[in-house]
Amino acid sequence: MTATAKVVKCLVWDLDNTLWKGTLVEDGDVVLDEQIRDLIAELDRRGILQSVASKNDHDNAWAKLEALGVADYFVLPRISWNPKSAAVAEIAAELNFALDVIAFVDDQPTERAEVQFHHPEVRCYAAEQLGEIAARPEFRPATVTADAGNRRKMYQAGFRRKAAEAEFRGPSEDFLRTLGMVMRIDRATEADLSRVEELTLRTSQMNATGVHYHRAELTALVDDPDHEVLVTSLSDRFGPHGAVGLVLMAKHARVWHIRLLATSCRVVAFGVGSTLLNWLADEGARTGVHLLADFLPTTRNRMMDVAYRFAGFTDDHCDCRTEPKPAELPDLRRLHLIPSPTDPPATLTLHAVSLTGAPAGRS
Amino acid sequence: MSQFSASEVERHIGQFLAARVNDDVPVDRDLFASGLVSSMFAMELVVFLEQAFALEILGEDLKRDNFRTIRSMTDLVLRLQPAETHAEA
Repeated sequence: MTATAKVVKCLVWDLDNTLWKGTLVEDGDVVLDEQIRDLIAELDRRGILQSVASKNDHDNAWAKLEALGVADYFVLPRISWNPKSAAVAEIAAELNFALDVIAFVDDQPTERAEVQFHHPEVRCYAAEQLGEIAARPEFRPATVTADAGNRRKMYQAGFRRKAAEAEFRGPSEDFLRTLGMVMRIDRATEADLSRVEELTLRTSQMNATGVHYHRAELTALVDDPDHEVLVTSLSDRFGPHGAVGLVLMAKHARVWHIRLLATSCRVVAFGVGSTLLNWLADEGARTGVHLLADFLPTTRNRMMDVAYRFAGFTDDHCDCRTEPKPAELPDLRRLHLIPSPTDPPATLTLHAVSLTGAPAGRS
Repeated sequence: MSQFSASEVERHIGQFLAARVNDDVPVDRDLFASGLVSSMFAMELVVFLEQAFALEILGEDLKRDNFRTIRSMTDLVLRLQPAETHAEA
C-alpha cells in the first residue's frame, strides 16, 4: 500500500489528566483547557468521531463532561472499571470500524501498553502529544465535506434509530413507517460535488458500476444540459442521514441512460435504492422515454443487479439501445426498462425535482 | 444433490418469510403489493433461496415476478434445482 498514514476515524479519549486536568475522584474539580476544547471541536469538524474510555464512576464522569459542555461530542462512551483494551474493542465493533482506524490517547503508559498489547493495530498517543495531534497526517482527512462535519450527529441518530428498532416488534415495513423518513432528490449543484464524489468512492455494495468519478468529470456533467446529476438525501425523526444516493444520467431523445446509480450502504434497508429506481421509472414514463442502466458486475455489487431486476429491468433487445454510445468496458451490461407510472412510496415522503419537460428550478 | 419437493420448498420459504416479517405469509400473498421491498430485502430473498436450495439465480431469472409470492418462488426453485438440467442463457 502507500506510505501515507491511514486516516483515523475515531479517537478514544482517557479523561483524568488527559482530556481534563486533574483526577475526578480525588480532586472533584477538574479543568478543561481551551486548547483541548478547540481540538475536540476541530476533530469533530473533520468528521473524526470521538469516544471515551475512562476508569471512573460513569454517572459522575458523564455529568462532568456535560457540565463542561463537551458531552455531545462523544459517541459510545465507555466509562467503567473494565480494561481499556475491552472498551476500545467494543467501541470499534459498535462503530463497525477496523481497529487500525482507531486511535487512543491516555496519560498513563501502562494503559497505553495494555491497549497496545491486545490490539497492536490501534494507534496510541500520550497525553503530551495532544498539542500536535491536529497537525498529524493521520488526523487530516484528504477532503472535509459538508457531511463530515455532521458525521457524529449522523452516528448518534443511527444509535437512537437502532435502539428504537430493537424495541419495535412487527414487520419491518411497519417500523419504517414509524421513522417518518423524508427523502429528497435534487439536481446537484457545484457545492454538492465533493459529497457526490465521496459517494462514488464510499459506495461499493450499491454501486452499479464500481466506477469512481472525479471532481472535474462531475463538474462537466453538472454543466451539461443533456446530463442529470441527481443527489438524494434522507432524514428521519432521529436526524439527518446526509447525502445517501447519486444518479448520473444522460438524456437522449428516446431513452434515459443511467450511467451510475449508487446509494450508501447505511440506508439500503430503508429502501432508498428501490425508491430512486421507482421514481426514475415514473419520471421516464411521464416523459415517454425508455430507461437503460449500466451495470458492471464487481465482487460486491450483486445487490445492485438484484435491485435493477426487481425494478423490472431486463436484457431485452430494443431499438433505443442504439442511442447512447456503445459501452467502453467489455463486461458492462446495459439493462433495459420500458417504464410505467409507479405509485409513490408507502414508507417515506418523497420531495423530488421534476425531470419532465423544461428544466426545473434548482430549488 | 437432493431434490426438494414443492411442499418442502413452500414450507422452507414460508418459514423464512414468517421469521422475517413476524407474521405468517399465505402462499399467494403478493409481497410487493403492500408497498416497497427494499433492495436489501430483495437480496436477502435471493441469497436465502440460493443457499437453502443450493442453486444459482442469475440474469433474467432475477425478475421480480419470480419473487412475487411464495408460490412463484417455489416454481422458480423447482425449475432451477440442480438435478433438473436446465440450460442457462
